[in-house]
Amino acid sequence: MNGQPLVRIDGLTIDFHTEDGRVRAVENLSFDIPKGGTVGLVGESGSGKSVTAMTLMRLIPTPPGEISAGTIDFDGQDLLKLSESQMRRIRGKRIGMIFQEPMTSLNPVYRIGEQVAEVLRQHEGLSRRAARDRTLELLTQVGLPRPKQLIDSYPHQLSGGQKQRVMIAQAMSCEPDLLIADEPTTALDVTIQKQVLDLMGELQAKYGMSLLFITHDLGVIAEVASQVVVMYRSHKVEEGPTEALFQRAEHPYTRGLIACRPALDRNPRRLLTVADFMTAEGERLEVPADRLLPQVKRSEEDLARDAVLMEVRDLHTHYPVTGGLFGKVVDHVRAVDGVSLTIRRGQTYGLVGESGCGKTTLGRSLLRLAEPTRGQVLFDGEDVTAADEANLRRLRKRMQIIFQDPYSSLNPRMTVADILLEALKEVNPRASRAEHRDSASALLEKVDLSPSHLGRYPHEFSGGQRQRIGIARALAVNPEFLVCDESVSALDVSVQAQILNLLLDLQAEFGLTYLFISHDLSVVNFISDYVGVMNQGKLVEYGTAEQIYTDPQQDYTKKLLAAIPKGL
Amino acid sequence: MSTAASALSNFDHAAAASGRSLWHLAWLRLKRNRAALGAAIILGLIVLMVIFGPMLSQYDYSTPHWDRISDAPSLETGHFFGTDSIGRDQFVRTMYGGRMSLMVGLVATAVALVIGVAWGAIAGFVGGRVDNVMMRIVDILYALPFMFLVILLMVVFGRNILLIFVAIGSYIWLDMARIVRGQTLSLRQKEFVEAAQALGVRSWVIIWRHIVPNLLGIVAVYVTLTVPKVILVESFLSFLGLGVQEPNTSWGALVNSGVQDMEFAPWGLFFPSLFLAATLFCLNFLGDGLRDALDPKDR
Repeated sequence: MNGQPLVRIDGLTIDFHTEDGRVRAVENLSFDIPKGGTVGLVGESGSGKSVTAMTLMRLIPTPPGEISAGTIDFDGQDLLKLSESQMRRIRGKRIGMIFQEPMTSLNPVYRIGEQVAEVLRQHEGLSRRAARDRTLELLTQVGLPRPKQLIDSYPHQLSGGQKQRVMIAQAMSCEPDLLIADEPTTALDVTIQKQVLDLMGELQAKYGMSLLFITHDLGVIAEVASQVVVMYRSHKVEEGPTEALFQRAEHPYTRGLIACRPALDRNPRRLLTVADFMTAEGERLEVPADRLLPQVKRSEEDLARDAVLMEVRDLHTHYPVTGGLFGKVVDHVRAVDGVSLTIRRGQTYGLVGESGCGKTTLGRSLLRLAEPTRGQVLFDGEDVTAADEANLRRLRKRMQIIFQDPYSSLNPRMTVADILLEALKEVNPRASRAEHRDSASALLEKVDLSPSHLGRYPHEFSGGQRQRIGIARALAVNPEFLVCDESVSALDVSVQAQILNLLLDLQAEFGLTYLFISHDLSVVNFISDYVGVMNQGKLVEYGTAEQIYTDPQQDYTKKLLAAIPKGL
Repeated sequence: MSTAASALSNFDHAAAASGRSLWHLAWLRLKRNRAALGAAIILGLIVLMVIFGPMLSQYDYSTPHWDRISDAPSLETGHFFGTDSIGRDQFVRTMYGGRMSLMVGLVATAVALVIGVAWGAIAGFVGGRVDNVMMRIVDILYALPFMFLVILLMVVFGRNILLIFVAIGSYIWLDMARIVRGQTLSLRQKEFVEAAQALGVRSWVIIWRHIVPNLLGIVAVYVTLTVPKVILVESFLSFLGLGVQEPNTSWGALVNSGVQDMEFAPWGLFFPSLFLAATLFCLNFLGDGLRDALDPKDR
């Protein structure tokens, strides 16, 4: 590190005053951001990384927040001592910020050009005309297609990746010295993520800015950052050059974080988790050798011997697009457009594709949560698409679904006991309340939760625990087939590994069959026997996981695989 | 066997220990809101007074005392709020009026609650053509002038207190149905509703178990805003002479007659107005407090 760093954070401590008393969000955090360098800030949700970023912008609401100690030295001045009006001149002008959610960080009622130009007019004092010219230049620079037309469009007319480009243009508009990117690619597909990361690298090299890159994904960090700071429970646990950190991580948490991400080439039978490396109290553990045994994929011939459980023939699910005063159908969205596939008993069929490719609709169509327009779904020889109300209710108990969002998939007004009892009563209406309670306790133990959780409400649980409750609910009716719709996508990597392991254990115990839907190719590779790749409502390629990942035939599949962050 | 037994005892223990339900949290938040809590207490006092107040007085609400016309309030005579233009005790009449006003408020709101929630939840949940038809019916009823409806009812069926309940209730539920439908539309998209469908739970059970409880937050707030609205509507009807009949009375009717004697007996206007205004204020404060307390975002 040569010369003076741009930012020096020293002993930063931030508290929040909540109903349950004082909560320390960040404790005694110190690190530097060198001029023109990139620092990655890694940690799981709640570790304090976003709070740190917001504090750099002085956007922490006080109260309830309180900066209890420390200094943030930014180019010679202490940001924490500046007045609000001085700070306003720094925000946007010298420190830019990109947020995680491109959908909500742009104001939907203004044209995108106006939103970028606003920053320029505010900080650079440009005229309306000059600001527009500069905006056009910026939008061209961030690689927005057809900038001359799109400058006058509204945010909802752009895709997620395009919106993120506009956000970057906005943050870059005054050529800031420091750009803070808070999970800028988490909500994006892999191919878009790659484009955005490349763009940020280019712009950084061109303008010589410093970058603080915040993420929970170590794979992404390896692509962009030269220095990494790892945060765990409000503390910095480790810091160092990226390469060295990946090869010789000292702290067990960092080692766990690196190990728990499924890889594309070689995986253990069960994923390692942070809990394999350290206890909850932070004590170091030795990873037992048998946890490291490599995963062995079954051969194609062997897989073909299992009985067929689900057969999908030429399935179409179209959504009508209505228009006009009386809701006349003017067009159709072909979400699923002629898909045929076979899922065998006891196996996992992985379905990958980018957002909007129709993979979620396909999963829901199998259970008729979305009504298929044409085609057949045969489950164990029975036609699901033709089933009447009573038969459908009976069939659905053999097929269950685990959802993506652990926050909206549980009714906030019901206790865990009520949630499980509802499912248990459907299969066994005559059992007594005590019997149901026993079953509910047993279910919770199956998903590694304690029966003492039965009386609690969903909001008292973490995302991973909620996902376990969702799994317990699905298991309550003794299903044979489970659709996992992006079931681990909303979770931190370390929690994701635990849930994937749980799914594997349950599959082994109950002989479950999974349709595993995800946009994350490495996760699908880890868990699947067969993999299908979807694009624009069609299955473009399918085969065993090994075939797809080592020898992809279609250009689309190759493009997807190339976009995955490689790590180190 | 032993694990099951211990699990069960664990369960009972946990059920007793935790229970920080959303309602419980809402109550904690409401308790901290001084204005809302004060409003609830004053409202409670008013209700108690209205029910038990007349027992404190030696007079009844309908007997005129021709020797004490428009007397000023006095503790000695026992006419705490004075008397009206034919010598009836204003204190007792205010309490009786309160019973009527609060009853109209509660009954009409209850009618609106039941019809509005059921109508809105069904329309929103079933969707499609059913939704279209149900909501167009609501639109048509909206288009009918309310006063016209009330006068028509009065003409056809005669003046009857029950009719006022029905008339107001049948008008107020339209708002409730619209609000509930909108909320249901967004709830229907939630994954826990789909999960219940996937479990094979019947539609009406889903509405009852998953939709309605999640509506309660917004409905509770809306109810506290509807009660004052209904009381005001009843006051308006009484003011026009379409409301309650003598010797029965309501706060609205008392204010009406109080206005006529305002110049020489201001107490006839003052006390009913005070009670009416206090009740409306309290209900509005309570509604505000409930809205804040039931908002899950406010942790």
